[in-house]
Amino acid sequence: MSTPRIRLPRSATSGEVIEIRTLIDHPMTTGISSPAPRNMLESLVVEMNGEVVFTQEFDNGTSENPYVVFFVRVHETSDFRFVWSHEDGSAFTAEGRVQVG
Amino acid sequence: MTPHRRTFLTSAASLVTLTLLPRPLAWAALDDEVAAAIRAVAADREIVEGGIVLDLPRIAENGASVPITVSVESPMTAEEHVSAIHVVATKNPSPGVVTFRLSPANGRAEVSTRIRLAEEQEVVVLAELSDGRVLRASAQVAVSVGGCAT
Repeated sequence: MSTPRIRLPRSATSGEVIEIRTLIDHPMTTGISSPAPRNMLESLVVEMNGEVVFTQEFDNGTSENPYVVFFVRVHETSDFRFVWSHEDGSAFTAEGRVQVG
Repeated sequence: MTPHRRTFLTSAASLVTLTLLPRPLAWAALDDEVAAAIRAVAADREIVEGGIVLDLPRIAENGASVPITVSVESPMTAEEHVSAIHVVATKNPSPGVVTFRLSPANGRAEVSTRIRLAEEQEVVVLAELSDGRVLRASAQVAVSVGGCAT
């Protein structure tokens, strides 16, 4: 469960705006209108070379298996770290690298 | 006596009507909650209509997973960029859907994700800009099968 998948270009040119896609398997049950207890991821935080470049905060209206597409400008070979945090404090992580030059 | 009886009957009838009114929005957030969610983003700032391209289907077959793309016209420079994008549902059990935090590092103010819509409703998107402005766009989405069973 909760295996994160990320899609990054393997390489890019300096200054290029790249597209990043992520998907994580998760039921995201809100506990509002079904008997299933609340089981929600709270956020996805994406760091590029140690600096936060994107955050997604999930609320009840986010679908199960949260999916996102966003963009980042890369200037140098960059290491990306993706952290999905659960409301219970646990976390799932994934990493990737984009080669520049 | 007759008028009295008539009054009683009509008021009794209206009582029954009130009680039997269907409550299709029984789970839907109140307008107050939606307004509060929007106010929580905008605070005292003026909300300007436009500047956002909101891509949502007009009819969503499956309300549990409705694709949405939000694109804001912005150069995404240090001086002028989008700092946040908020999605608010007006007829879900709770208005909060998702918030994205952006910075000039993104280069492009565009995000796509999938959202839940319990029934036909207006989806509101707010974009916070670095100059303090708040942009707003909205779209009406019909929903074939509601998506809030979870």
